Amino acid sequence: MANAARFELTDDSVVVIIGTGAGGGVLAYELARQGVKVVALEAGGRYLPEDYINDEWDSFGQLAWTDPRTTSGDWRVARDFSGLPAWIVKAVGGTTTHWAGASLRFQDHEWKALTTYGAVEGASLLDWPIDAAEMAPWYEKAEAKLGVTRTGNFPGLPGNNNYKVFEAGAKALGYKQVSTGRMAINSVDNDERPACQQTGFCFQGCKWGAKWSAAYTDIPRGEATGNLEVREHSHVARILHDNQGRVTGVEYFDRDGNLHFQAARIVALAGNSFESPRLLLNSASSMFPDGLANSSGQVGRNYMRHTTGSVYAIFEKPVRMWRGTTMAGIIQDEARHDPSRGFVGGYELETLALGLPFMAAFLDPGAWGREFTSALDHYENMAGMWIVGEDMPQSTNRVTLSDVEDRFGLKVANVHFSDHPNDIAMRNHAYRQGQAIYRAMGATRTLPTPPYPSTHNLGTNRMSERPEDGVVNRWGQSHDIPNLFVSDGSQFTTGAAENPTLTIVALAIRQADHIAREMSAGNL
Amino acid sequence: MSRLRKQGLTRRALLSRAVAAGGLAVAGAGFIAAPDAAWAVEVTAITEHQMATLLQMARDIYPHDRVGDRFYAIAIKGYDSAEHRAMVAEGIEMLDAAAREAGFDNYLAAGWEAERVAILRSIEDSVFFQTVRGGLVTGLYNQKEVWPIFGYEGESFSQGGYIDRGFDDIDWL
Ligand SMILES: Cc1cc2nc3c(=O)[nH]c(=O)nc-3n(C[C@H](O)[C@H](O)[C@H](O)COP(=O)(O)OP(=O)(O)OC[C@H]3O[C@@H](n4cnc5c(N)ncnc54)[C@H](O)[C@@H]3O)c2cc1C
Ligand code: SF4
Repeated sequence: MANAARFELTDDSVVVIIGTGAGGGVLAYELARQGVKVVALEAGGRYLPEDYINDEWDSFGQLAWTDPRTTSGDWRVARDFSGLPAWIVKAVGGTTTHWAGASLRFQDHEWKALTTYGAVEGASLLDWPIDAAEMAPWYEKAEAKLGVTRTGNFPGLPGNNNYKVFEAGAKALGYKQVSTGRMAINSVDNDERPACQQTGFCFQGCKWGAKWSAAYTDIPRGEATGNLEVREHSHVARILHDNQGRVTGVEYFDRDGNLHFQAARIVALAGNSFESPRLLLNSASSMFPDGLANSSGQVGRNYMRHTTGSVYAIFEKPVRMWRGTTMAGIIQDEARHDPSRGFVGGYELETLALGLPFMAAFLDPGAWGREFTSALDHYENMAGMWIVGEDMPQSTNRVTLSDVEDRFGLKVANVHFSDHPNDIAMRNHAYRQGQAIYRAMGATRTLPTPPYPSTHNLGTNRMSERPEDGVVNRWGQSHDIPNLFVSDGSQFTTGAAENPTLTIVALAIRQADHIAREMSAGNL
Repeated sequence: MSRLRKQGLTRRALLSRAVAAGGLAVAGAGFIAAPDAAWAVEVTAITEHQMATLLQMARDIYPHDRVGDRFYAIAIKGYDSAEHRAMVAEGIEMLDAAAREAGFDNYLAAGWEAERVAILRSIEDSVFFQTVRGGLVTGLYNQKEVWPIFGYEGESFSQGGYIDRGFDDIDWL
């Protein structure tokens, strides 16, 4: 960090980025690399591999976003974890410290969900204004940045015990597309980071740095260019604008609770899909009474979290699923769009392991008695997988401002979510298939486990061709305010079946290229 | 074991002072203890009966037959505080009242787990029950000493991960 820049609060030539996760962290580096001056404001603190903790609850206490949020809707999370709708990170690097590393491209048709699936009752489906061909080169850059296995020259990772059960069961059922997947985890030494040591705490921050995270790649590299200043413990409260309706900078609270104004030429919002719309709504003014960038009324709407769920199974003999990479393999045969299954879109099955403390908390939240404990008794003999499928955007699933305030007196996000019938049909199909996979390997008991607090949060500032359908255009630029960008998962038009981060990163690289070009052309 | 007082009480000394509380723990003046005196929990703010009932309740909520009472005792020890006194008193009275309704002298007097579980079901929507249950999720399962009983190995970085320690050693497929 020797070179790390310092910019004046009054310096209105800088790009201010809010949040330093998959979207913001990558955008910060990619702009700094091209000579653009950047101030990145991050609400959380800075933690590096030596700080990460191989302990689920201690790590949660260190990294997770635990500021208040509220929930409503008929999703079970609202009952079981009413104050914790999402399990995401508040730290430099954002949720790329927690993530498992699964890095998949969208399938071509998924960029055009409305055209491919047709109108679905109750869903606010839309086509993305961009497509697979346009994204292909950006995906390539993203895969190279993240060192994704099974792309370029990177070999796949070896399979652990959990994967071996999963793979054998998948093959017994006739599935063909089963492998240890495409992971942003080094299978060989690469990028000055070692190969995976199969430690098994990928969700707690990889202490080897084998898994890609913006915290120890893009962010320090951006700082080394001398063009990036990262201010941690800086919680952005409001985005301000002038009377031409252009944003002028942001107000933020520092670690001592003091309020500052940082001027900006451009503001890029990357606080993840709850905080980004919350900030736009909290920035309402007399000129923009419904919140910034919200002439469409779409800010906060169309919240998507992927159709998820898990299947755990108990076997006669030990599996020890916690050993090795947390997400160690994938079955992709069900990711296709095939309405004959009773739903549109598709889903992936990916191995997953939780440690005993999280298993106790998430296997069947609220359950007690022997039905529950007799499953945990056989923790050592369990295998596990996670379902991740495309969920339907619904305009009523949304982030709004709650009556509850945080410690700064800012209204917090309320997250309202109810499953669409398509989501339920998909999840039930996946539960059946997941259980069949394990039964084929002799499972004595299978446990279709409800969705956890959201890890994938998408859609609340969606990208649209027409300004009336969404919040940002094909560059993530606000339809209403030209020098305001959205750079995180909230710009997703639809969710696709794949884990989102590779796409967030690809969009951020592309957006950086666009912003740098428009700045030097004098258009921004 | 940090919050448990390992006392030098002999089994006989204990039993002579103690009133048997269910089959599980022994309650005496100011403490409850294992019948074999292997461990004891001091009670200061709540009564021995309340602590013994909480202990049985904890076991009935998350019964693991290979997990000893001392781990449950650690998980509920925090209720022995001035802050929780009223909540515990009201909650245990509610539980005992539900037990009386089911024909027992009190909760601990119900001899079979199934009988006690039926009593618990009748109060499971109460704040008291949900507080105790919710607290156990971390209070019990986040004790590192409990993990080996379930086979869970915990921290692995300091041992070099599992790359040379069996991440793919499954032999029964
Ligand atoms: C356990 C887990 C496993 C996952 N596994 C995978 C996986 O295998 N593959 C995959 O593709 N994805 C995975 N994900 C999802 C992935 O982590 C997210 O999709 C991704 O990190 C989202 O990027 P983002 O930029 O939208 O937000 P984040 O990465 O969450 O970054 C947002 C940042 O903004 C900061 N912030 C928010 N509000 C403010 C404010 N007002 N002021 C200042 N800063 C603010 C936050 O503190 C945070 O650091 C996983 C997530 C979790 C939790
Ligand atoms: S399993 Fe591999 S990627 Fe995951 S934390 Fe361990 S070393 Fe890192």
